[in-house]
Amino acid sequence: MDLEIQKRVKEFAESEDKDNLIVILGGAEAEAAGLAAETVLSGDPTFAGPLAGVALNLPVYHVVEPIIKDNCDAQVYDDQIGMMEMVLDVEAICNEMDEIRSSCAA
Amino acid sequence: MFTGKKAIIIGDRDGIPGPAIAEVIKTMGAEVIFASTECFV
Repeated sequence: MDLEIQKRVKEFAESEDKDNLIVILGGAEAEAAGLAAETVLSGDPTFAGPLAGVALNLPVYHVVEPIIKDNCDAQVYDDQIGMMEMVLDVEAICNEMDEIRSSCAA
Repeated sequence: MFTGKKAIIIGDRDGIPGPAIAEVIKTMGAEVIFASTECFV
């Protein structure tokens, strides 16, 4: 994850009520989305940015996951995400997100 | 389940951009406090 974005996420986690924050990703690749998720859960896995060694444990989802798709306005989702959803490997992304959340919760 | 939550959005230039995700998340009753579009690679 971009170092500047790591810094902003860290600042929000410090200034806001962490229980009230959620992080939503839009990464095209499952692996890249997984790395971003890991960064906001257990810290920067590359140990390069401000979140290195900082476990924020923020709830994190990818926008194509059913928990988002099933809870938002279907028309807006279709207009904004529908086209890209067709070209993304949604199953791989969902599996990767589940795996990262499970491994970071363990 | 997301009503009243504050959302940090990290979009992807090659995937789904931040503003598109923000539009969707707003319909869930969450407040978008940060939205960016980065290059994930």
